[in-house]
Amino acid sequence: MVRYILRRLLQVIPVFLGTTLLVYYMVFALPGDPIAALFGERQPPQSVIDTLRAQYNLDQPFWVQYGIFLKNIFTFNLGVDFTQQPIADSLARAFPVTAMLAIEALIIQAVFGIAFGVFAGLRRGKLFDSTVLIVSLVVIAVPTFVLGFVFQLVFGVQLGWAKPTVGANADWGNLLLPAFVLGLVSFAYVLRLTRATVSENMNADYVRTATAKGLSRPRVIMAHILRNSLIPVVTYLGANLGGLMGGAIVTEGIFNIPGVGNKLFQAIQRSEGPTIVAIVSVLVLVFVITNLLVDLLYAWLDPRIRYDQ
Amino acid sequence: MTSADIRIDEATAPVKPILEIRDLAITFKTGSGEVKAVKNAHLTIMPGETVAIVGESGSGKSTTALAAIGLLPNNGRVSGGQILLDGEDISHAPEKRMIELRGSHIGMVPQDPMSNLNPVWKIGYQVRETLKANGRPDGPKDVARVLAEAGLPDAERRAKQYPHEFSGGMRQRALIAIGLSCQPKLLIADEPTSALDVTVQRRILDHLDTMTTELGTSVLLITHDLGLAAERADKVVVMYQGNVVEAGPSLELLRNPQHPYTRRLVESAPSLASRRIQVAKEQGVASGDLLAPVAADESRVQDDVLQIKNLRKVYKLRQGLGKSSDFAAVDDVSFNVKRGTTTAIVGESGSGKSTVAKMVLQLEKPTEGQIIFDDVDTAGLKGKELFKFRRRVQPIFQDPYGSLDPMYNIFRTIEEPLRVHKIGSAASREKKVRELLDQVALPQSMMQRYPNELSGGQRQRIAIARALALDPEVIICDEAVSALDVLVQAQVLNLLADLQDNLGLTYLFITHDLAVVRQIADHVCVMEKGKLVETGSTDDVFDNPREAYTQALLDAIPGGSLLLPPAVA
Amino acid sequence: MTSNSEHFVAPVDETPLQATDSVKTDQAPVSLWADAWRKLRRRPMFIVSAFLILLLTTIALFPGLFTSVAPNNDCQLANSEGAPTAGHPLGFTLQGCDVYSRVIHGTQASLSVGVLSVICVVIIGVTFGALAGYYGGWLDAVLARVGDIFFALPIILGALVVTQLPFFRENRGVWTVVITISLLAWPQMARITRGAVIEVRNSDFVTAARSLGVSKFGALLKHALPNALAPIIVLATLELGVFIVLEATLSFLGVGLPTSVMSWGNDISAANASIRTTPGILLYPAAALSITVLSFIMLGDAVRDALDPKSRQR
Repeated sequence: MVRYILRRLLQVIPVFLGTTLLVYYMVFALPGDPIAALFGERQPPQSVIDTLRAQYNLDQPFWVQYGIFLKNIFTFNLGVDFTQQPIADSLARAFPVTAMLAIEALIIQAVFGIAFGVFAGLRRGKLFDSTVLIVSLVVIAVPTFVLGFVFQLVFGVQLGWAKPTVGANADWGNLLLPAFVLGLVSFAYVLRLTRATVSENMNADYVRTATAKGLSRPRVIMAHILRNSLIPVVTYLGANLGGLMGGAIVTEGIFNIPGVGNKLFQAIQRSEGPTIVAIVSVLVLVFVITNLLVDLLYAWLDPRIRYDQ
Repeated sequence: MTSADIRIDEATAPVKPILEIRDLAITFKTGSGEVKAVKNAHLTIMPGETVAIVGESGSGKSTTALAAIGLLPNNGRVSGGQILLDGEDISHAPEKRMIELRGSHIGMVPQDPMSNLNPVWKIGYQVRETLKANGRPDGPKDVARVLAEAGLPDAERRAKQYPHEFSGGMRQRALIAIGLSCQPKLLIADEPTSALDVTVQRRILDHLDTMTTELGTSVLLITHDLGLAAERADKVVVMYQGNVVEAGPSLELLRNPQHPYTRRLVESAPSLASRRIQVAKEQGVASGDLLAPVAADESRVQDDVLQIKNLRKVYKLRQGLGKSSDFAAVDDVSFNVKRGTTTAIVGESGSGKSTVAKMVLQLEKPTEGQIIFDDVDTAGLKGKELFKFRRRVQPIFQDPYGSLDPMYNIFRTIEEPLRVHKIGSAASREKKVRELLDQVALPQSMMQRYPNELSGGQRQRIAIARALALDPEVIICDEAVSALDVLVQAQVLNLLADLQDNLGLTYLFITHDLAVVRQIADHVCVMEKGKLVETGSTDDVFDNPREAYTQALLDAIPGGSLLLPPAVA
Repeated sequence: MTSNSEHFVAPVDETPLQATDSVKTDQAPVSLWADAWRKLRRRPMFIVSAFLILLLTTIALFPGLFTSVAPNNDCQLANSEGAPTAGHPLGFTLQGCDVYSRVIHGTQASLSVGVLSVICVVIIGVTFGALAGYYGGWLDAVLARVGDIFFALPIILGALVVTQLPFFRENRGVWTVVITISLLAWPQMARITRGAVIEVRNSDFVTAARSLGVSKFGALLKHALPNALAPIIVLATLELGVFIVLEATLSFLGVGLPTSVMSWGNDISAANASIRTTPGILLYPAAALSITVLSFIMLGDAVRDALDPKSRQR
């Protein structure tokens, strides 16, 4: 197990370096003045340009620039935005909000997805199963931003069950509606994956053997079918965090939630290239780390991985 | 008929049968309507008795056994007859009752040890939940005791391991431990050792015998191997197409088979046949013309078409973090193959026999040593020469489901080698394909079909036709008949013997099954852990094995020591 | 005859003995694809989605058949957020443009982005995936690492960065969106292809082909790849839907198609302002988008079931 963790840690490093290098290269190393190019037609205050030049040491060779960029990310020295505010500060305020939203969405999709998926998988081919399958396809087909507007309109404006926009005071209750929107698409995927693995495991030889041992049905389902089916589902849930962060940009934009996604959304609308790159890099770091945690969780769930030579 | 039997049983036997199956019929609902998998099955197992059901795949033997423990697949149901366990009809018993019975009254040892243990739970846990579910003491000591009784050494430590840390034989022992942990009166053993090496198979069956005798457990043994059934069971029940066609005491049934199917089975059971397939001789007698070319071939027989010299194949095993160690899959193997004869390489899994085959086929490069084909060292073959070599040496593989491209129809499959080697025109190639189908005794109308529509034996015959398309001299058969039912296996072996006789082919036959070797091979090479331990003519090796390992292999042939004289007579 | 009363023999005519391994000749030969097609045809989900896709393709190619109202030119602010009138069944946008006409004309952009992206992704992903899976070695190692890097970049985040590049910002259009999507989405296709090819690579029929003299690359083209096609086709169909959503999302965020290109994503974004007063302006293009995506996802699902090797076992 220790060796497995060490190996995974070693594997994470090149991935993170590669990803940030990719992002950095695309923004800063392509021909032209990167600072000017980053802002397009809009001209930022000279002071911002100066700060940026100093921060990224653009007169240095590429590798030195990249090294400084990396150091800046790890020390949360992310530069300033248009209004001269340090990006790190606003990120630090925004991050807990987004984390709250993502966790809430993750719980919603995990609980509902697994529950419905197990139920459908155990009754494959029955009415409940086929209904749930069709509904899940419809849910997948509706893009998050459409869903966001529709939910905002129906539950927020017309029915008044929730506040249509969240605003400054984001808490678990306020975030419930946006979290629902954010979690819904992945909910459908979780459901389908759970259903598929459950119905596959139901026919596994070891499940038949478990029944032949004299175990009760609930026990067979819990200890053998569910336990084994959860392995790929948990992996998917973890890997899907990236999707949640992508979705958060849209959801936070629609519901006006002061999270990381919203910051990114605003930066895009204001064409603030450096801010975009800084936020994306931090998010990639978060994503890589959560993926690592998921892998460790996976090894914990599946003993075959742990002892893999 | 059946009821008469039962009355006799009841009258003569003071004890009641533990399991009695009467006129059982089982129906499956499939996409194309209802299919009767079992039409009429009946059998009786007395306390302490072992009864074997023998049959080919699809005969309904496993389905019958599954019905007896209430584990039919969801689309199957008992559509007639009774299953009496200790006098209680359980054929339609509610699930609650079945849960009570399973484990404590009926145990099961399943077929494939690789897939029947849950990979995410420790072995000990899987034993413990069995004990717990059946209300037995389930402390760590009890778990260890159950495992130790099944012959698992160091049981206390082993209980803390996961299935993937166990070898196949150990897993099967764990499954036997689970099956017998609650001392059921009846144990259903569904091909309990068919996935294991023969020597392991023998040890495990011996142990199972001892345990069930000690506990007084009745055993319902499901097997495709008549020899194994006869050796292990008191009574044998033969099933064919969902019906019980013959049943009786093992020896009686083998010595005096009545039903034509049983007779056919006894005749072709490889473990019981003692002599090499005599096709060639019989044909020689039938048509005197054939004798002349055989005589003319005398000089050619002396010629070694294939010479293997000090062959070695070393794999690097990665041991994580950059370290690696050498593993010799094949270690200093030398033997010669005479033209027109059959040489068998026998060994258990991990013996390196298949690696030798791959190297002869030039699919793997030897680490050291030479493979000399027709006086030319194959190591130097490249490009055109290798292409020509491939025409002369052709393989037939084990898995009849994997060796044909599912996207190619039969015509394209057999024609491919001709097309690749640019032989003949489209018309002449089609003619050749038709001839090849005739040679392997398949109708020409089969050309437009796809592999998934054929049975295993038919696929294997297609593979043979494809191998023959280029008129090769040597054919490498890598476990070519191991996956086939006994009768089909005999049929394919006969076909191979016929073809050898007609075409003067040389076979290198890779197999784990000594019984098959005796049927087809002239020479035998026995391999163990990468090394060649014994070579010789088939008769020599079988009659006077020099090595202990060869002896152990021979002993492990199920039914090998059984009643040879009457079977031959 | 029987020496023991327990020896039971069934009458022979009850179970007539058949020739060993007899050949069935009663059915017509069925290839894998023919079999899949037969299964597909019977599925209502396939019929519905195929009909919708045909309809959408027709709309995309010939929008003039469905509306004679120009989507942009006849916009009059007087009609801003106007209710449906004769000839304008879905009302008007904030700019006073005909909603129905815009929905019809927006089809083209969504479908072309989806189809073109899938074509690029299949070409790049299948090539790399097949070569890596089949040959293994350094190519596989490099590809695995590159794949890891792309997987660590959530696709929307990656797209945000790519679209900020000067080249993409200055030339916004269908092709920049297609390139952005392809650049970020090909590793997924490569990974699936690689897995499928590896599964086939070691099968006996590939080894058999090699030992009859088929070259290594020939065996990849003739045997390995055709047998790995099923998961590729399924993923391609599903991704078509996913890419259409992605384009709409990017356009909605303002980094996808330029507003000059008629697209559902842009229209939904613009309708944001009218959502409380005239939700129809948002709902109609949203419904069109969802139905399009649904058709492709349903098609992918039906195709997956039809090509599932498990359902083919006899």
